[in-house]
Amino acid sequence: SASSNSWLRPISFSQRSNFCSGVLPDGVDRSSEAFSNNSKVMQGLLSQLQSHISKVLEGGGEEAVKRNRSRNKLLPRERINRLIDPGSSFLELSQLAGHELYEDSLPSAGIITGIGPVHARLCMFVANDPTVKGGTYYPITVKKHLRAQEIAAQCRLPCIYLVDSGGAFLPKQACVFPDRDNFGRIFYNESIMSAEGIPQIALVLGSCTAGGAYIPAMADESVMVKGNGTIFLAGPPLVKAATGEVVSAEDLGGATVHCKTSGVSDYFAQDEIHALAIGRNIVKNLHMAGKQGTINQMQSSPLKYEEPLYDVQELRSIAPTDLRQSFDIRAIIARIVDGSEFDEFKKLYGTTLVTGFARIYGQPVGILGNNGILFNESALKGTHFIELCTQRNIPLIFLQNITGFMVGSRSEANGIAKSGAKMVMAVSCAKVPKITVVVGGSFGAGNYAMCGRAFSPNFMFFWPNARISVMGGAQAAGVLSQIEKSNRKKQGIEWSAEEEEAFKAKVVEAYEREGSPYYSTARLWDDGIIDPADTRRVLGLCLAASTANRAAEDTKSLLEVIVESHGGKGDLLQMVVIAGKGAEGGSNSFVIGYLQVVPSWLVSFEVMNHVLFKIEIIWEVIVPAPLVTGDSWDKLILESEVPVVVEFYASWCGPCRMVHRIIDEIATEFAGKVKCFVLDADHDLPVAENYDIKAVPVVLLFKNGEKRDSIVGTMPKEFYVAAIDKLLKS
Amino acid sequence: STSSPSSPNSKPIEKILVANRGEIACRIMRTAKRLGIRTVAVYSDADKDSLHVKFADEAVRIGQPPARLSYLNASSIIEAANRTGAQAIHPGYGFLSENAEFAELCENEGLTFIGPPSSAIRDMGDKSASKKIMGAAGVPLVPGYHGREQDIDLMKSEADKIGYPILIKPTHGGGGKGMRIVQGPDEFMDSFLGAKREAAASFGVDKILLEKYITRPRHIEVQRDCSLQRRHQKIIEEALAPNVIDDFRSHVGQAAVSAAKAVDYYNAGTVEFIVDTVSGKFYFMEMNTRLQVEHPVTEMVVGQDLVEWQIRVANGEPLPMSQSQVPLSGHAFEARIYAENVPKGFLPATGVLHHYHPVPVSPTVRVETGVEQGDTVSMHYDPMIAKLVAWGENRSSALIKLKDCLSKFQVAGLPTNINFLQKLADHWAFVDGKVETHLIENFKDDLFADSCSSELAKETYDTARLGASLVAACVCKAEHSALREGSSGGYFSPSMWYAYPPFRVHHNATCALELEWDNEYDSTQPMPLKLSVTYLPDGKYLIQTGDSGSSALEVSVADLGNHIFEIEVNGLRTKVSIAVYSNEKTEYIHIWNGAQHHHFRRRLGLELSDDDDSQQKPSFEKASLPAGTVVAPMAGLLARVLLKNGTKAKEGQPVLVLEAMKMEH
Repeated sequence: SASSNSWLRPISFSQRSNFCSGVLPDGVDRSSEAFSNNSKVMQGLLSQLQSHISKVLEGGGEEAVKRNRSRNKLLPRERINRLIDPGSSFLELSQLAGHELYEDSLPSAGIITGIGPVHARLCMFVANDPTVKGGTYYPITVKKHLRAQEIAAQCRLPCIYLVDSGGAFLPKQACVFPDRDNFGRIFYNESIMSAEGIPQIALVLGSCTAGGAYIPAMADESVMVKGNGTIFLAGPPLVKAATGEVVSAEDLGGATVHCKTSGVSDYFAQDEIHALAIGRNIVKNLHMAGKQGTINQMQSSPLKYEEPLYDVQELRSIAPTDLRQSFDIRAIIARIVDGSEFDEFKKLYGTTLVTGFARIYGQPVGILGNNGILFNESALKGTHFIELCTQRNIPLIFLQNITGFMVGSRSEANGIAKSGAKMVMAVSCAKVPKITVVVGGSFGAGNYAMCGRAFSPNFMFFWPNARISVMGGAQAAGVLSQIEKSNRKKQGIEWSAEEEEAFKAKVVEAYEREGSPYYSTARLWDDGIIDPADTRRVLGLCLAASTANRAAEDTKSLLEVIVESHGGKGDLLQMVVIAGKGAEGGSNSFVIGYLQVVPSWLVSFEVMNHVLFKIEIIWEVIVPAPLVTGDSWDKLILESEVPVVVEFYASWCGPCRMVHRIIDEIATEFAGKVKCFVLDADHDLPVAENYDIKAVPVVLLFKNGEKRDSIVGTMPKEFYVAAIDKLLKS
Repeated sequence: STSSPSSPNSKPIEKILVANRGEIACRIMRTAKRLGIRTVAVYSDADKDSLHVKFADEAVRIGQPPARLSYLNASSIIEAANRTGAQAIHPGYGFLSENAEFAELCENEGLTFIGPPSSAIRDMGDKSASKKIMGAAGVPLVPGYHGREQDIDLMKSEADKIGYPILIKPTHGGGGKGMRIVQGPDEFMDSFLGAKREAAASFGVDKILLEKYITRPRHIEVQRDCSLQRRHQKIIEEALAPNVIDDFRSHVGQAAVSAAKAVDYYNAGTVEFIVDTVSGKFYFMEMNTRLQVEHPVTEMVVGQDLVEWQIRVANGEPLPMSQSQVPLSGHAFEARIYAENVPKGFLPATGVLHHYHPVPVSPTVRVETGVEQGDTVSMHYDPMIAKLVAWGENRSSALIKLKDCLSKFQVAGLPTNINFLQKLADHWAFVDGKVETHLIENFKDDLFADSCSSELAKETYDTARLGASLVAACVCKAEHSALREGSSGGYFSPSMWYAYPPFRVHHNATCALELEWDNEYDSTQPMPLKLSVTYLPDGKYLIQTGDSGSSALEVSVADLGNHIFEIEVNGLRTKVSIAVYSNEKTEYIHIWNGAQHHHFRRRLGLELSDDDDSQQKPSFEKASLPAGTVVAPMAGLLARVLLKNGTKAKEGQPVLVLEAMKMEH
């Protein structure tokens, strides 16, 4: 009765041209008892969630908030609101971290993290909440900070630290300070990301004491607020104790000291609003190298997408809270993907795992959803699908509702262990963005195969009804009681049925508590509990965050690009670009043309560390032109085994050291793909001899040390195309 | 106006040079264009991009910005006319319009001066001489001294004879420049010298006359009332003059004709009378031998184009109709919109018209303007932005239209008198037609003080707060549309990160907005208004003002484009206009909501100064100046320093004289 006449809906032109569009049916029986029950229970869960959330949104309580305001300080979420583009969205992560974790309440673990756009560039925000325990770091605070950095590193998002913290929470120093994933890791991450070219920006809006001082000190750029911001390794009390010197906090490590005298900080802000404005400006001035890093930069035309055909609010009524009840995961997929279109892969095989292609806000995704226990076939199907998406560079979405792999002799005999292992391996090795949403149960090895936390999905979220544990509470109780029983039997101790029931109940109760999404999210086993109705929105935001900066890298792997450049007229440089696909792509290399480059672009190479960004530019502004090259180049293409070659002229009008660096970067980038580099150094022998490139063998070409008058190639374009083609096939 | 074609041209005018600028230049060219006459503009360096230059068929540069080097430079203008082959020069009003030498020069150069004969200008321009002629012709005169002898002591004794208060006026010129009221003998000297200096600067002649100052006068020009003045300049004129009976009107008309005849006048001119409202007597004041600034009100009630008449007369044609044929229909108001600072004593203001949307014109509404959005009102010339003319079947319907137009006349970027004009037009004394020259002075408590009663102040504050709330909603809406537009081309594609309303996990997004309300009438300090905007899931905005979380306003906004937004609050729908412009530190936001116009400032916080020595937020005017510096309230030229270094100044003693907008301050 519930299925609507979906075939009657108006279809778009693109659909009309697509005979077998996989539009999912509604899949929901609104009149059913299950529907109303689920919806009622979910309402209860959501209002419980909402009450927890509204508590953490208040921060450290009225008194602390008042104190904060009296110092002309904003609350962390207000700070972020002023940093992100006005009217834009903000994806806050792990709002309930630290929930009922310690004896003290620690709203949002005392640190707000999340992603939002600044001047159209997605950034990761890490904002201490000074109203919560003075912004000090509890173990979970450290964990949340590190998790934000992990996401930033994975998605290559610039990090903005809004620092206002008293440093480590001293009573718990043993769990904050010493271990690998403790406080020090923050600075390690900062260093590594900075080195990788992921901008690290610190706004010092409050105190940054001791270890905390390194957050701004290690940032690429930092801003300090007059009066409120302080940076010192030891605060006035410790200084007095250590050396007897009596000094005020402002004089010891205020903005004036650090912006005028020590140089520790780079920008002086009159007040907090000013600091936040400077922060926005810093992001604006981050080198963008064309469109790299901005939202959806790969789509040159506005993205058009359709909303799902069915009401996303109904997601609140689909998943049963009783995890023993099954439901068709397609009903959820139908409410998440564009136009409810889902092209199912291997629909008839391994049916307990649903796999297929869809789009979310225009972004192509591969979706894996559980429709029951994982069998041998389902695992193989999953493996196949994951590998397919990886090869095609399609992000993966895992919708977990899994009790585990099938057990039993038949299953084992079929090699379920190996099949499962294959899927787990495929998940581990899939180098595409992965996002996991637990919509029901997440039990046992199913959690692994479906990209649980240990498999580093870019993001992972729980629905309020979800449960996570190594196995179900009842099963665990059964296993444990059997073991206990046999132990007692060995010892000859009688175990009454009541005792056994009590034992079992205790186990079930513990599993119930520890399997709750609150227990999970409090410990940062996930990135937050989401309202089922928000699933599509959240997935869309996460996909954008995961793919925005990745796109450039993908382009890179397709392009084996190579640049011949030489001195042009005046301050212009000319480059010849040869681009081609790798061997597995099978397409021919070809000459695109050449490009005029102004010297300021050279600077951009250095800033970005990634010479490939310029390829992005080249695609854009390339001018088709007759091929320009020298005869040494011709020869090389014909005789060398390398499919791609870089040729630089040593007399390049740019500074030689920079030329070296760029070549080095290209070499490093293409080590393994490019067999050697050719450097045409005939203009300047001494400079050429100083090349020090280790990643790739370098062939130096000279022409008797003589300067050539012309470097214009003698052959037609087709000649080079054919030559490269030949090389690729050889 | 009387007509007496004297020197019939062999050939009618085909090309006119307009020796003026601003709205009057545009207005003259409009008629000329309608008649198929080609137009030539002249311009100073300050006006090279002005509307009158763009509007003309040809334009000639005549010199540097100061008027005496350009618009008062007769030889350059004659040369421009000769260069472009213009046969006639229309002087407009002001500048050379009442300069007999210029009119003569035109005649000598074979150019038609569109105006009266130079002899009539000379006779009427010298106010002392004109009074004599008028006296001889039997036109009633105000008691005064119009003698040639200008010795200061003699003038003082003449003044004492007439009795105070006394009005000091330059014999040449008009427009209130150089005029002084002297309340008692001890003020006489300073005022006298100041008037002389201003007269010399503005008109090149420093002769002065004295007149009895009529304390409750009404200023009647034939066919219209021009009583509403500030700084001796008119701001609202109307025709027909209210509360004037036909009999009186015809008496005044007779006297005007006698006056014109006495000087053999032809072409447009205006005879001004002053009416002592106490005695009901009227006296000849002066004759303006030119087209009046406020001529549109006359045009509106008689349905004629006076500039066309002027051109016809200059061509030697007879007047199109006789006095008895002139229809008098309905009533018209003209309000002059100035760039000026009303609470600071109507100080002229300079600045850029960042937002300029005059009301649309119609057969009953005229807007005479010489500026466009983006133009600068400079210190060199009169700060008038536009003349707004509204016509109605009768006085009250014309007034309703005038008030409506004033509320829709949008100017942002510099202070204007629009709000003041609205109050004036709304004042009971004005509504009742109780116009007299001192109305503004007499009712200044009503017109200026906003905060005289706490009740009124609160009401004003509440409307400003409502304005701010609507501004907040519109700004959020506009910011969002800007994001969408900005994203449709160029840098990035639209994405769900900019979806509306903005997404937050488990809560509604909010946005804090700090505005400062610029109260026009309480310039002491801009009042800070803290607003919090919550984006509701249904797309509405929940707006709270102040920290107290007082009454929250649920607003939905639709951007209709062209700065117009449709607002809905509690089922009430209105359209508001928003103008936003900014300098590097501050954003200025204006809102026009019905008859209300509010403006707010918003700190942009982009000031990248690393200077921590300046205390908190220094008022930027004084920040960079050493202590003890006096900042002039407006840009101008230093005319005279009255005290030497080291002299002790008494309180209230003038120290220096600043000249700006052709007035001394």
